[in-house]
Amino acid sequence: MYKIGVVGDRDSILGFKLLGLSVFPVREPKEASLLINRLAKEDYAVIFVTEFIAKEIGETIDRYKTVPFPAIIPIPNNQGSIGLGMQSIKDNVEKAIGVDILFGERG
Amino acid sequence: MAIMNVNPTRMELSRLKERLAVATRGHKLLKDKRDEMVRRYMELIRKNKEIREVVEEELEIALENFLMARAVMSPEMLEEAIMFPTRQVKLDISKKNIMNVHVPVIEVEQTSVEGVSPYPYSFASTSAELDVAISTFSDILPKMLELAEIEKTCQMLADEIEKTRRRVNALEYVMIPQLEETIRYITMKLDENDRASRTRLMKVKDMMEEREA
Repeated sequence: MYKIGVVGDRDSILGFKLLGLSVFPVREPKEASLLINRLAKEDYAVIFVTEFIAKEIGETIDRYKTVPFPAIIPIPNNQGSIGLGMQSIKDNVEKAIGVDILFGERG
Repeated sequence: MAIMNVNPTRMELSRLKERLAVATRGHKLLKDKRDEMVRRYMELIRKNKEIREVVEEELEIALENFLMARAVMSPEMLEEAIMFPTRQVKLDISKKNIMNVHVPVIEVEQTSVEGVSPYPYSFASTSAELDVAISTFSDILPKMLELAEIEKTCQMLADEIEKTRRRVNALEYVMIPQLEETIRYITMKLDENDRASRTRLMKVKDMMEEREA
């Protein structure tokens, strides 16, 4: 059986605890990076990371991009989204197709 | 395009011709693979974007609610209220094969004790905002997991598409022209040798005839 982890600042992620997810409050990006490496070794199939933390530890996240598990997904925190998740989709499209076809129409 | 460093022999020629045939076939196959993967990818990435938009929007609302709940309750009360969740989410994961890319499939297995409310606290000591926040959170969770699955799939597909595209291009613009060039070079060289020996023989014959006459 696999679990879901949530990593981010305490105030944003506390609510997920009630849904039965495992929450891991972190303050420092370095702490988060170590934590994610640890969670990846354990039975965590999905790890949600708040964008504020995710933008600091891109290297750690990129490491798990090519393996099926864990899926590390950026989510907005309680101060709103900084567009990192959308940016990563955009980068993804550019990587695969070569040009940005999804966001182009928006200007 | 530079030719390869090979001896212009018949052996080498037939070897290269074989390699060219393999390269052409491989190129065609990889090109088909790339086209199909891009097609699948396009479908998925559109969906990915839609789901992410929805999730981000709803999550922001949920987090806002939670923020309100935190604001009206004392931190200790909140801690106490959520200390023991009644629910547990377990995932059942498997892998799916899309064009030889192993992508994850995530299935939720929510285990909650029967007859127990999702709110593990007494309503007397907590605020209504917390209830709202919890219910919005639990509404989003399935979508978040769907997002996780699709986003991961897209990432992996993009990676594979990039790899395949490189291979296709390497074959199309380097390997195949190089092989063709080398084959041409060897054929020309062999023909040239042929002509050289023929003219030599003709010359020798002429000389012999002259001597006899």
